[in-house]
Amino acid sequence: MGDALLEVEALAAGYGEVQVLWGVSLAAPRGRLTTLVGANGAGKTTTLKALVGTIAPWGGRVVFQGDDVTRLPAHAKAARGLVLVPEGRQLFSAMTVEENLEMGAFSRRGAHKYANSLERVFTLFPRLKERRRQKAGTFSGGEQQMLAIARGLMTDPELLIIDELSLGLAPVVVYQLFGTLKTLKDAGLTILLVEQNVHLAFAVSDHAYVIAEGRLFTEGPPAALAAMPEIRQAYLGL
Amino acid sequence: MTALLDIEGLSKNFGGVRAVQRLSFAVHEREILGLIGPNGAGKSTLFNLINGVFAPDEGRVRFRGIDITGEAPYRVARHGLARTHQIVQPLANMSVLDNCMVGACFGRENLPLARAEVVAREAAVVVGLEDRLSAPAAQLTIAGKKRLELARALAARPMLLLLDEVLAGLNPTEIERMIGTIRSIRERGVAILIIEHVMQAIMGLSDRIVVLNSGQKLAEGAPAEVANDPGVIEAYLGDPALAAALHAGG
Repeated sequence: MGDALLEVEALAAGYGEVQVLWGVSLAAPRGRLTTLVGANGAGKTTTLKALVGTIAPWGGRVVFQGDDVTRLPAHAKAARGLVLVPEGRQLFSAMTVEENLEMGAFSRRGAHKYANSLERVFTLFPRLKERRRQKAGTFSGGEQQMLAIARGLMTDPELLIIDELSLGLAPVVVYQLFGTLKTLKDAGLTILLVEQNVHLAFAVSDHAYVIAEGRLFTEGPPAALAAMPEIRQAYLGL
Repeated sequence: MTALLDIEGLSKNFGGVRAVQRLSFAVHEREILGLIGPNGAGKSTLFNLINGVFAPDEGRVRFRGIDITGEAPYRVARHGLARTHQIVQPLANMSVLDNCMVGACFGRENLPLARAEVVAREAAVVVGLEDRLSAPAAQLTIAGKKRLELARALAARPMLLLLDEVLAGLNPTEIERMIGTIRSIRERGVAILIIEHVMQAIMGLSDRIVVLNSGQKLAEGAPAEVANDPGVIEAYLGDPALAAALHAGG
């Protein structure tokens, strides 16, 4: 995969004494939307945390834009454009929309392009512009997810990683957010998405990885995977 | 088959969250019943309701025909119902043997020390920790601590054992070994109610499966039945209608 923006090789990680990942490998090719799916506890979020550096990997390699970034702290990875929109949004709820967006542009990388990025996210999400002085904590779940994505975009990412896009959101909001993803992808952004709804993930992605019990279970183009009984097996064991 | 544990209409709310809703099912003697469901389905809450960590808002828990609803955990243990915890809870500074003796002393039979030691040693043999009896619990590996958790519960001489994710964090060899241990415990006449995310393991181990989703029972039956149940597949893989509508909308 010569065109991979991100390559993860045999990533191992865990918490305390408990090992969760036993060697996950995946790649995110430039300009593509790649998804990572798997049942609860399969290790999706742990994979993302270990690759962006919010937890330290126990083993394996993370190569980003040709550089080995495995041991870099999360902020150094973000400064290179490896950006995570975390599960559950993790907004600064007492801060306004605009303040949250400023936090996204905290790094030199983001600060440099602040005005451009702000215009870009306000074009993508006019609702955020209307409510720029409103506190994030007063937003609905869907609006919070928009803001979380917008905050990630303010970092000026090369790779935008989104953990659980549709979780807990109403269908109408989900369609809107997936529409936004498509817009971002068409504009050339590389995206790695973790999504609990397998059908949605497969519907939008160019390539999908299925993990189960901390290991890669299968991978391939979504159209091929969708028909596989192995997918149910990865989730339900039978 | 006789119902050893009978759960009837159990409900528990935390603030506005309905963690468990009108849940009913039974565990029979010598049965291995698997409890599965997405995160937040209410599985661990259910364990806490059964063994008395929380009192339910509604419903009854009957064990061997006796109503034990809302009884304190130490009393529930005396009825012959023991549990392990998802996050292992060893008495870290005590030896493996002493940990197991605690289980024996405060279990079904409230054994005196000398007798408790005999029972504790037996339990350690069942789980394969007989070579580590004098080791401080803190020195065991995670797999060892999981085994100790099991041994301490077993030393209580339960008739029903509640196992909360005893396979999580184990490698494939350790998982295989633990499954063998769980089977051998059942062979000794103990019924087992087990929560597990390692699906291949629980599907192979369980006689029956109960699937929880949002605090309610979504399905109940043989492993192959529930794995093919459309409602269960949707709970795990997501609603296919969402993707269809996304396609239709362009």
